[in-house]
Amino acid sequence: MTTTHSAPSATDGAEQQLQEQFDASIAKDQRIEPRDWMPDGYRKTLIRQIAQHAHSEIIGMQPEGEWITRAPSLRRKAILFAKVQDEAGHGLYLYSAAETLGADRADLTERLIEGRQKYSSIFNYPTPSFADVGVIGWFVDGAAICNQVPLCRSSYGPYARSMVRICKEESFHQRQGYELLLTMMRGTEAQRAMVQDAVDRWWWPSLMMFGPPDGDSPNSAASMAWKIKRHTNDELRQRFVDMTVPQAAKLGVTLPDPELRWNDERGRHDFGTPDWSELQRVIKGDGPCNAERITRRRTAHEEGAWVREAASAHAAKTAARIPDAPQTQEGTAA
Amino acid sequence: MTDVTDDHVYLSLAEGHGESDARWAFGTGFEDPLHGVDTSVPAGTDAVELAAACTALGDDALVGAQRLAEWCTRAPELEEEVALANIGLDLLGQARLLYARAGQVDGSGRNEDAFAYFRDAAAFRNVRLAELPNGDFAFSTVRLLILSSWRLALLTRLAGSAADPVLAAIAAKGVKELTYHRQYAADWTVRLGDGTEESHRRMRTALDAVSPYVDELFASRPVSGIGPADLRDEVTGVLRQVFDAAGLALPAAAPLPGYGRAGDHTAHLAPLLAELQSVARAHPEGAW
Repeated sequence: MTTTHSAPSATDGAEQQLQEQFDASIAKDQRIEPRDWMPDGYRKTLIRQIAQHAHSEIIGMQPEGEWITRAPSLRRKAILFAKVQDEAGHGLYLYSAAETLGADRADLTERLIEGRQKYSSIFNYPTPSFADVGVIGWFVDGAAICNQVPLCRSSYGPYARSMVRICKEESFHQRQGYELLLTMMRGTEAQRAMVQDAVDRWWWPSLMMFGPPDGDSPNSAASMAWKIKRHTNDELRQRFVDMTVPQAAKLGVTLPDPELRWNDERGRHDFGTPDWSELQRVIKGDGPCNAERITRRRTAHEEGAWVREAASAHAAKTAARIPDAPQTQEGTAA
Repeated sequence: MTDVTDDHVYLSLAEGHGESDARWAFGTGFEDPLHGVDTSVPAGTDAVELAAACTALGDDALVGAQRLAEWCTRAPELEEEVALANIGLDLLGQARLLYARAGQVDGSGRNEDAFAYFRDAAAFRNVRLAELPNGDFAFSTVRLLILSSWRLALLTRLAGSAADPVLAAIAAKGVKELTYHRQYAADWTVRLGDGTEESHRRMRTALDAVSPYVDELFASRPVSGIGPADLRDEVTGVLRQVFDAAGLALPAAAPLPGYGRAGDHTAHLAPLLAELQSVARAHPEGAW
């Protein structure tokens, strides 16, 4: 990937002028829209980022989705079912945003299931208890919000607009997760132990969601310069820690970091260093659930192939039967 | 979208967790599904009969929602993920209202979760078509078409004529939802029946598999004054119209002996309930 935000040297004056207009738009915080000229590096960086984000929403349905059939009250079942459905919707908006840049959803899906494009490593951890549903909402959605709220001001219009809606829904999800944990902490001793255990397992992986430390983040510089990204990984991680510590205190759980303490001088919390070698292992495919997640997605895609083929064949036949009709009106019920 | 700034959203996340802010998400925030509704039972209504009707209709919805939840992350396309979840959520919402009503009417004071989590398979009164495993997308589509066509006809009549105004109101809400469910299933029935040789073959296999379970929908005991037999002509007429458009037909089959409404079930219901009830029963004193 490119690590500089300047496009390859313009081949003629016209391209030079387009580049200058683009740079001026970015400098003035104006949105870049699909029909606007943009440098290839900007387009490729955005497609990569938006596709990975879309894949994360879709793969992210799995860890919690496993609990829909087992949710222990009908209210929790409805909340969880709706949340996982929202994630499918987020995936749809994001794939659509990537398509405005010339990508194709089917191609991006192939890249995901062949392992050529990544998704957030957090979804490669298992969900052995129902408390994980609450902690994922609180930590993982909370971290996602910290990462994504600045993206609502991303320079690329369709991405920024989809992020506004996604952030609103994820804010709901975070509150729902936290509320589940508050309720469980008021329940039995076994439930409190479940919550603490889930907190212990998810804390460090959640801190890793912000990516490697700034000094080690190869794509950050260009994304910052293009205003695709607006804050560094370390800044966002700090925000998340500062936001979460008082919530943990209110909940009555312990965050598993002996170095975590308030720093009066900085006005922020100090905290320990995540095990970055673990992040590298999970990114490379050696997380606890990498194979399982991709296999599930691949199986659904492959087992659905005949359904998608049938829908296309029917649409084509319908169009052929009524030559002037658009291909959208299909069979209707009574 | 300049109104969304970082600070605005961070502040709203960090603010105190208001206990009064019960509406976490649309349709999921209420604790008492019938809050604010006049829940007295009208004079002259057979409370036992009414509670049984609400329970049976609730069981159909809960078991149907559970099967739809099993599709989650396994659907053939993302649009289908969203649609199947919508339908599942609608049915789950119907189950909650119906169980709440059943618990009021039968005098037990049981809440929705007592009905869903603390009854065994023999106490469930859903029709058996609802509990069959999902099979492939063809089977799930055919099953959804038949069940939603039948339930739409049933709830339409209950909305107009149920002696209990609460049941009538629940049915009226369900009519709007089921109109969409039936449309969705009918659209896919036509696409798959007409689409490719493989999709047509799969639909025929699915129709063969469901046909022994269809008669039960019309032969079981009446629900709150609506004799299911009254629905047969209407529902089979709708199904014939959809199957004609799809180049398919529902084959005649010998009905399976027994009735889900009488507590007769296939071997598939008990494992479905074991999964649904596993966490709730592991923590019977738990707060969720």
